[in-house]
Amino acid sequence: MAEHEHILSARLYVIIWAVLMCLTVITAGVAFIDLGPFNTVVALVIATFKALLVVLIFMHVKYTSDRLTKTVILSALFWLMLLLGLSLMDYGTRHFV
Amino acid sequence: MSDSLIALEHPTELQHHFADMEQQKSTSTFGMWLFLGTEIMFFGGMFAAYLIYRRWYYNEFALGSRSINIWLGTINTMVLICSSLTVALGVRAAQMGKRKLLVTLLLITMVFGVAFLGIKGVEWYQKYEEHHVPGSSFNASDLVSVGQKYGVHINQAHSQIYFSLYFALTGLHALHMVVGLGIFTVLTYFAWKGKYTPEYHTPIEIGGLYWHFVDIVWIYLFPLLYLIDRKPFH
Repeated sequence: MAEHEHILSARLYVIIWAVLMCLTVITAGVAFIDLGPFNTVVALVIATFKALLVVLIFMHVKYTSDRLTKTVILSALFWLMLLLGLSLMDYGTRHFV
Repeated sequence: MSDSLIALEHPTELQHHFADMEQQKSTSTFGMWLFLGTEIMFFGGMFAAYLIYRRWYYNEFALGSRSINIWLGTINTMVLICSSLTVALGVRAAQMGKRKLLVTLLLITMVFGVAFLGIKGVEWYQKYEEHHVPGSSFNASDLVSVGQKYGVHINQAHSQIYFSLYFALTGLHALHMVVGLGIFTVLTYFAWKGKYTPEYHTPIEIGGLYWHFVDIVWIYLFPLLYLIDRKPFH
């Protein structure tokens, strides 16, 4: 029921916002430094960390007891990994043939 | 307790096919997450196309990426993160039944949303002026000469594929922002009318989930389109 609903503190939201803003500045700055193939890795790791903060805190997934919601999220990510992973596996290995 | 008394105590927002408010809320939340799951695959197909073409036409994609405005992209990322904060605080205001705060935060969110689209428009206009919009007036000879400077051959047809994907991805994302603004206009109206209470504010919650999702799509578009090929060219 609504009275059991977990209300997070405004302070937590502001802290998460500040972290997201800092990570945006960092990822934009790192883009100008030549790390070779690791530019992509660093940019995507930072993006994934930012997305996790949004999903877990802003979208309340960390605090939900609803297993159905978590199942939907994990299966959506699984299908996305199939789409991206298998596609890139195909196109990435064609030159071995 | 008689049946009629139960009917009287029945919350007006509770629809009859749900057992209680909690079940109704978790059903709505589940439905929104299911929709977002399909949205992940919708954008996922576009991301897959981008990654595959980037592998094939790396030089064209790298130079195309360097020609779009990283500062406008960074500012827009920050604008969206600010809007996500105001949405999260808005949901909190709804949970606590603060009507005026909720309306204010929803309006600020929409201002951020409009600002994002405005900045995006400026960025698109820069591309239009540079003749980088795919179509009959497309001309990437500027990128060809940049390529010559680095000693790489640039095929303009492949550059056009980069900009097609750039406009398709950012355009699809902007379309989602426009839809989000429409949803938030309705939410603001009902919030102003005092429809949302600590007991019932599910539309604010799941509208917020949609907004955060569109933010997350941008969190991935930003590095893929603007950042990963920005380093000194080899």
